[in-house]
Amino acid sequence: MSAESLTATAESSPIPKKSFANSAFARLARYTAVRFFTMAITVTVGVYLTILIANMGGYVDTIMRNEIRDGVTQAILASPTYRSLSQEAKQELIQKKIAAEEARIGLDKPFAIRSLIYLRNGLTLNLGRALYMTSDHGSKEVRLILLERLPATLLLTGTTELFLFFGSVFIALSLSRKYGSWFDKLTIALSPTSAAPPWFYGIFFILIFAAVLKILPFGGLVDSPSPDNPFDYGLSVLKHLILPAMSVIVSSIFLSIYNWRTFFLIFSSEDYVEVARAKGLPSRDVERRYILRPTLPTIITNFALLVITLWTGFTITETVFVWPGLGITLYRAIGAYDTPVIVGSTIIYAYLLAITVFLLDFVYALVDPRVKVGAGGSQ
Amino acid sequence: MNTLKNTLRDLARYPSAVFGIAVIFVLLGVAVYALVTIPYSEAVRLWRGGEEVWYRNPKYAAPAWFNSFSKTKQPISFTASTRDGGITKAVIPQGQDISSIEMTYVFEYAYDAPPQELILYFNTVFEQKFPFVSIVWRTPDGREIKIVNMTVDRRTTYRFSQDPKLQKYLKTDQVMEALFRDPKSETPTPLKGQYQLLITATTFENASDIDAEFVLHGNLYGLAGTDKYRRDLFLPLLYGTPIALAFGLLAALGTAFLTMIIAAIGTWYGSWVDELIQRITEINLVLPFLAILIMIGTFYSRSIWLMLGATILLSIFGGSIKTYRAVFLQVKEAGYIEAARTYGASDLRIIFNYLIPRMIPLLIPTLVSSVPGFVFLEASLAVLGLGDPVLPTWGKVINDAFTDGALYQGRYYWVLEPAVLLMFTGLGFAMLGFALDRIFNPRLRDI
Repeated sequence: MSAESLTATAESSPIPKKSFANSAFARLARYTAVRFFTMAITVTVGVYLTILIANMGGYVDTIMRNEIRDGVTQAILASPTYRSLSQEAKQELIQKKIAAEEARIGLDKPFAIRSLIYLRNGLTLNLGRALYMTSDHGSKEVRLILLERLPATLLLTGTTELFLFFGSVFIALSLSRKYGSWFDKLTIALSPTSAAPPWFYGIFFILIFAAVLKILPFGGLVDSPSPDNPFDYGLSVLKHLILPAMSVIVSSIFLSIYNWRTFFLIFSSEDYVEVARAKGLPSRDVERRYILRPTLPTIITNFALLVITLWTGFTITETVFVWPGLGITLYRAIGAYDTPVIVGSTIIYAYLLAITVFLLDFVYALVDPRVKVGAGGSQ
Repeated sequence: MNTLKNTLRDLARYPSAVFGIAVIFVLLGVAVYALVTIPYSEAVRLWRGGEEVWYRNPKYAAPAWFNSFSKTKQPISFTASTRDGGITKAVIPQGQDISSIEMTYVFEYAYDAPPQELILYFNTVFEQKFPFVSIVWRTPDGREIKIVNMTVDRRTTYRFSQDPKLQKYLKTDQVMEALFRDPKSETPTPLKGQYQLLITATTFENASDIDAEFVLHGNLYGLAGTDKYRRDLFLPLLYGTPIALAFGLLAALGTAFLTMIIAAIGTWYGSWVDELIQRITEINLVLPFLAILIMIGTFYSRSIWLMLGATILLSIFGGSIKTYRAVFLQVKEAGYIEAARTYGASDLRIIFNYLIPRMIPLLIPTLVSSVPGFVFLEASLAVLGLGDPVLPTWGKVINDAFTDGALYQGRYYWVLEPAVLLMFTGLGFAMLGFALDRIFNPRLRDI
C-alpha cells in the first residue's frame, strides 16, 4: 500500500527547510488530502465494479424500474387530481408516466451511460427500495435498512479491532522480552489455529458457554425484553458482545502476536537497540523508543490488511450470533432474494473498507516520521 | 532433487510439520477412497434423495459410538429383510393355490431405552387376491403379543406406534415402551434379551409372493449419525473431503501462480504496467470480497466451480503481490538476468524461465498456508446458504444443523463432526505451511 511508495519518496527527499509550507502539519495535511483523493477514486472504481457485476444479469435495471413503478403508481393513486379517472385511464396514465420517468432517469440509454447513472446513485447511497425487507421503522429504503444496522456492526468491529490491536502489540512485546519461554512456545504452537475463521470459533463458544455452561446468551444484541434504564441496557449489550467479540479475537490474535513478536525480535537485535541497552536505559524505554517507535508504521500497515480480511469474517460471525448488524441483514437478504439490499450492502461494505483503510492511513501518517519530515505528500 | 531431500530432512525436525503432512496424507487417502467407492452422480443422488432413499434411518440419530461413552445404552438402528436373508422365510404350500409363508426374525435387544419406532415394509406380488398377514411379537420372557392382522397391498407400510388398534390393545399410546417393557420392573425399563417377530402371511394365488423388511429406528445410527432428513451424515463427511481439498488446493494454486505471474510481468515491464497493477491491487483491497461472492452466488449460480473461479479472480490482486514485487525487483537486477538479456532472450522467456523459478521457494509456504483459508471460505459460503446446491459438503452440514437449531436442541454431533474435520484440514495445512515458512525464510529460522 502506501508504505512502499512512501519509502521510495522519503529516501530521495532533500533536507526540509523550516518554513510553514514544509512544516509537519502542512505535510500531514497534504499527505491526508492526497490519500483521501486516491481513496475517493478507489471507492468510485470499486463501486463501479460492483455495479457492473450486479448488472450483468440486469439486476440494477430491475431495481430502478421497480422503484419508478412504485413511486409513479403511488403518486397517481394517492393524488386527488386523478381520482375521477376510470381504472383503465389510470393504468394508461401510469404506464405513460413510467415511460416518461424512465426516459428522464435515462433507463432507455445504452448501458455505458446507464452504468454512470447507477454509479452516481451508488456513491450518494441512493440505493433504491427493498423488495421484501423493511427497516425497524417500516421504511423500505435500502439506505435506511442498512444505516440502521450500522451501529451494531461498528460496535462489534470497533471493540474487537481495538482489543486485537492493543492486545497483540503488548503481548507480542512482552513475548519478545521473554523469548523462548513456555508462554512464547505456546503462542507459536497456537498460531496455526488462526487458519479458522471467527464464525468457526463462534460455534464452539456457543456450544461451550451458551449450550453447556449456560452462562452467556446464544446470540442477539440485548436481552428480551430489553431493559429500560440505559445502564442495564448497556450491561446486557456487553454480555451479548462477549462471545462474538471473543470469537473474532481468538481467531486472529495468535497469528498477529506471532508475526509481531517475530518482527520485534528481528528489530531488537539492531545495533542502535544494542547501543541503547549498553547505555543502560531501562528496558521499558528501550522498547518504547527504540523498538516500538520504528516498527509501528509497519505494524499499522499489517493491521490494516488484517482488518480488511476481518470484515469478511464479521459478516458470518454476525449471522452465527444473530447480531443485528449489516452481516445478518445481508444474510437475510440472500434468504429473501432481496436483490436491492444485496447490492446496497456490497456498496456499503466497499465504503466501510475504504474508510477503514483511510483511517489507518491517517494513523500511519501520524506515527511515521517520514511523512512529517520527508516529502511524504508529494506523490 | 537434493533440495527436495534437504527440505524433507528439515521438515522432519518440526513435529508440527510431520503432523501436518500426516493429516494431509490421511485426507488425500479419504478423498481418493470417497471418489472410488461413491461415484460423483451417486453421491449427488444420495444427498438429494428424500424418504425413498433414506427411509431406513431414524431422524436426528446420534452416532452409534455414543454408547461407548455413556452408561445408559441407547438403541442403535438396524434393518433386516427377507431379500438378503436377514429375516428367515419359509413357504408352506396349503393346496388350492393357497400357501402360508412363515417369516421369523430374532434379534437381541440390550439397550436401556425403547426405540423410536418399529416399521414393517411389505412388498407383495399378486394378481387380484390380496395376501393376508398376521404379526406376533414374542418378548424374551415368552409373552406373546398379537400386533395386527391385516391384508397387504403391493406396497404396505406398517408403523407399530401409529396403529390405534394396537394402542387400544396395549392400553397406552406409548407402544414402544409397552412392547419392550420389563413387566417386573417398577420404572419403565426395557427388558433385555431375544425378541422375536413372527410374521405369518397367507397368499391366495399360485404366483403370489411376499417380502418383508423390518426397520428399527433407534436413537443412534452408524458412524456419523443422521440429520433432519434421515440422511446418513457419513456421506457428506466422507464426500466433503475431496470437495474441500479440491476447492482449497485449486484456489490456492490458482491464486498463488497467477499472482506471481502478474507480479513478475509488472516488475519486468515496469512503468505503466507496474503502475496499473499497483492501482488494481489498491482497488481490490476495498472491494468487499465476501459480499461480491454473495452477489454472484445469488444472482448467477451457486455452483462450486463458479465460486472457485470468482474466488481466484478476486484474490489474485491480493496483498501478496506486494511481497512478490519486492523480491522480483531485487532478482531483476541479478547478473544472470543481465546475461539473459545480453544474449537476446525474449521478455516472456526471462519472466517464465528466469524470474518465476527463483520465486518458487518463497511461493510454497504461502501456497500451503493459504489452503485452509479457501477450505473455510467454501464452508463459510455454505453457512450463508450459498453452498453448491447439489454437492454434499462439510459446510452444507453445518448450515443444515444451524438452520435447524442443532446447538439449541443439544444435537452437538451434527455440528461438531464437520467442524472437527474442517479444523483438522485447516490445522494440517497451516502447520505444514508454518514449518515450510521457517525453512525457506532463513531469517525466521532461529526465532
